[in-house]
Amino acid sequence: MTEAIRTPKSSVSTSSVWQLVKYALLAMLLMFMLLVCLHAVTLRLEIGSESNAAVDFARNSISLNLGSEPPQLDSTKSTDMVSGQVLGHVMEGLIRYGPNNEILPGIAESWEVSELSATFYLRKNAVWSNGSPVTADDFVFAWQTALDPETASQYAFILYPLKNGEAINTDGADVEDLGAKAIDDFTLKVELEQPTPYFIKLLAFFTYLPINREFYDSRDGTYGTSVEDLIFNGPFTVSKWQHGSSLRLEKNVDYWNSEDIKLDAIDFAYIISDPNAIINLFATKKIVMAGLQAENIERALANRWPVKEHVDGSVFYLGFNHREDRPTSNRNLRKAIQLVCDPEELVYKVLKTPGNRPGESIFPVWLRGVNGYFRDEYPAPKHKPDPDLAREYLVRALTELELSSPPQLIFLTGDSEFSTKHAEYYQSLFKENLGIEVRIDQQIFQQRLAKMTSGDYDIVAAGWGPDYDDVLTFGDLFTSWNANNRGLFKNDELDRNVQIAQQSSDPKTRMEAMNRVQHILYEEAAIIFEYERGSNYVADDRVQGVTRRVVGTDPDYTRAYIVDKAKE
Amino acid sequence: MPRYVLMRLIQGVITVWFIATATFFVMHNIPGDPLADEKAVSDEIRENLERKYGLDKNVWVQYGTYMLNMIRGDFGLSFKHENRPVNKVIAERFPVSAILGILAIVIAGMGGVLWGALTALYRNRWPDVVIIILVILGISVPSFVFATVGQLGIVVANRVVGFEILPVAGWGTIWHMLVPALVLGLGTMAFLTRLMRTSMLEIVNADYIRTARSKGVPVAQIFAKHQFRNAILPVVTVLGPSIAAITTGGFVVENVFAIPGLGRTFVEAVQQSDYTLIMGTTVFYGAFLVLMVIVVDIVYAFIDPRVKLK
Repeated sequence: MTEAIRTPKSSVSTSSVWQLVKYALLAMLLMFMLLVCLHAVTLRLEIGSESNAAVDFARNSISLNLGSEPPQLDSTKSTDMVSGQVLGHVMEGLIRYGPNNEILPGIAESWEVSELSATFYLRKNAVWSNGSPVTADDFVFAWQTALDPETASQYAFILYPLKNGEAINTDGADVEDLGAKAIDDFTLKVELEQPTPYFIKLLAFFTYLPINREFYDSRDGTYGTSVEDLIFNGPFTVSKWQHGSSLRLEKNVDYWNSEDIKLDAIDFAYIISDPNAIINLFATKKIVMAGLQAENIERALANRWPVKEHVDGSVFYLGFNHREDRPTSNRNLRKAIQLVCDPEELVYKVLKTPGNRPGESIFPVWLRGVNGYFRDEYPAPKHKPDPDLAREYLVRALTELELSSPPQLIFLTGDSEFSTKHAEYYQSLFKENLGIEVRIDQQIFQQRLAKMTSGDYDIVAAGWGPDYDDVLTFGDLFTSWNANNRGLFKNDELDRNVQIAQQSSDPKTRMEAMNRVQHILYEEAAIIFEYERGSNYVADDRVQGVTRRVVGTDPDYTRAYIVDKAKE
Repeated sequence: MPRYVLMRLIQGVITVWFIATATFFVMHNIPGDPLADEKAVSDEIRENLERKYGLDKNVWVQYGTYMLNMIRGDFGLSFKHENRPVNKVIAERFPVSAILGILAIVIAGMGGVLWGALTALYRNRWPDVVIIILVILGISVPSFVFATVGQLGIVVANRVVGFEILPVAGWGTIWHMLVPALVLGLGTMAFLTRLMRTSMLEIVNADYIRTARSKGVPVAQIFAKHQFRNAILPVVTVLGPSIAAITTGGFVVENVFAIPGLGRTFVEAVQQSDYTLIMGTTVFYGAFLVLMVIVVDIVYAFIDPRVKLK
């Protein structure tokens, strides 16, 4: 036995090695044949992306990455940003946003608005990609479909300003009773439930896009699921959609304003979410834009790519659970926590992502007020961290809660690396200053939502992005009737002020009510303002005319064009 | 033989049924709500959604309906990709994963056998030492590291050469799949190398080798006919489970290299609690793997004359 084991050690047989080399050569031959076969099969399957350059001068097209696969492109059912971006390129509603976020005529050439109604005059040269004209009925049909309870659209609520909209959606009213009627093919009459001063701005949202009734019916329930099941009236059309792999847009020559559209094609050649892979695609000039995560910024700077900033419009905050069985339902405990939190330290010393801005209010700085910016006209509540005062509040809270030592709190957050860092910061902050133990509960998105809804947490890391360009998109978030108020905060004065802002058509009255809202949220420590999110990205400077937006299609490539740097 | 195959197939069906049942009940009992989204919906809309997907019914009724549909080969409609049949999603994505998996398993199998044989020949000499160190690396380093490093390697290589040797990510030609397949097969290859080495060294001591040697059979012939061929047998045995590891482990690689495969779809479905897509992919994978193990067992009978299938 021992002797045998020693045998191969003592000498290596050259002839055996030659035999092995022969096997290796055979294996390589087989491998080559396999590769040829697999290549042939792959080409036949026709799945995948063409190996385009980021900027293709000859074809006048650009190549991009799409962060995720759109679940479908049926505007009545879409909920996500990515679907919104694609829809914004291939569809057009009554209005559209211009390069400076000004409202421009879209399918509607002009309109008249009064307090409780609006009339839209549609242009006669707007057509669907099957040649039929875009009519007033297409809008009525899309809105009725979205509100129909059978559709179960998550964004139906955005159509509630329409007369009977909410009744149709939740109370069984007939869709024909909707306050939107086609007077003739090109005149659309809209009645509102109550004065809605921001109604025109709502029209930019994708749920308000038209749908061709005849085509929709002809698809027998599959509308929006693939290229064959789509029809377009926007600047581009989807010419190819390989699920999970790529999506190609081509210029719509029948678009009424096609002279304004410079690009011949926009190729979402990749559908990928891995941040490093996206940077690698940008580095090898495969895509014209790449979002940067904190850890990638240095690489971008090292490569001397110009790093750009974009404020995405959303606000982030710590939400408290206000259910009565939770310690966080105690105002003094919340005040204590509020007074040790320092958004500036969080943004500049902990998160350190350029572009983020310390949070001071539920209303981000870009929102419009009466004449200028809301936050200039109505400054946010003054906040100064004060650990000593915080401890006084804590003592009062403990007496009220009849506790001898600070309670342990559950901090519910996401499962990313960022979430860990973020939660651990608060864990040590609360421990050091207040002696409060924090148990971090990291959950994937769906589980987090479930726990938020059932109330299985004390503090949750949350955020909110705008749906439309008005203070109310943030203002009504903590009303007692809002289903997104998952912490069940209830304050009668806040509710009253939101109702004022919803019903009044006087800008000053509305903004003053909203000012009360931001102060109530602070005084009651309903939530803790953290930061307004900014994002960083790199973009190929051969592509110009790209618009980044807070509300609406973002990024918007519809009016983009290619500059040939070599020729300049 | 046919009897054996039939028995194995029946066992396979029972296994798949068990997988489907277990997945169904676990899925319905873990926290997470397939219909929840960032924007909360009213109770009325929720009821409509529940009705559409049959979630309003008793869980046993749901189970019964699901099993009946599954027997008919219908996995239902996806929750997230509304109105798209799960069958269609699988039909689109699986070929991609399969192609990548075939390439990876062939690389892993051939590489493992060859490197393993080489290390056995050079036992305790430097080629053996170097390869074994690499093997330990290959087994212990997780695939997302290899994937990221592999992709960065392509970026650097392309920049050094000045033109595109290999695409960084995407799918569509053989050039897209070379590095992903290598990354995917690396762990298995390392494992198989170690297995082949052990197996080769064990056989060196076998009686029939000693007999052959004493009869004066040339060394190369002993190596090829007696040692190498017999040493491959254990490698073939683990090939079945290895196929499992590779096809299901494709998620990371598919994600980094933007490959539209089923592994990625599966993980996304789990993250989104897309019940029907989770069920469809799990049952499909389960059935596929059970089948692979049966196939490997049958193949085994052909290579190893000692095995008789009864």
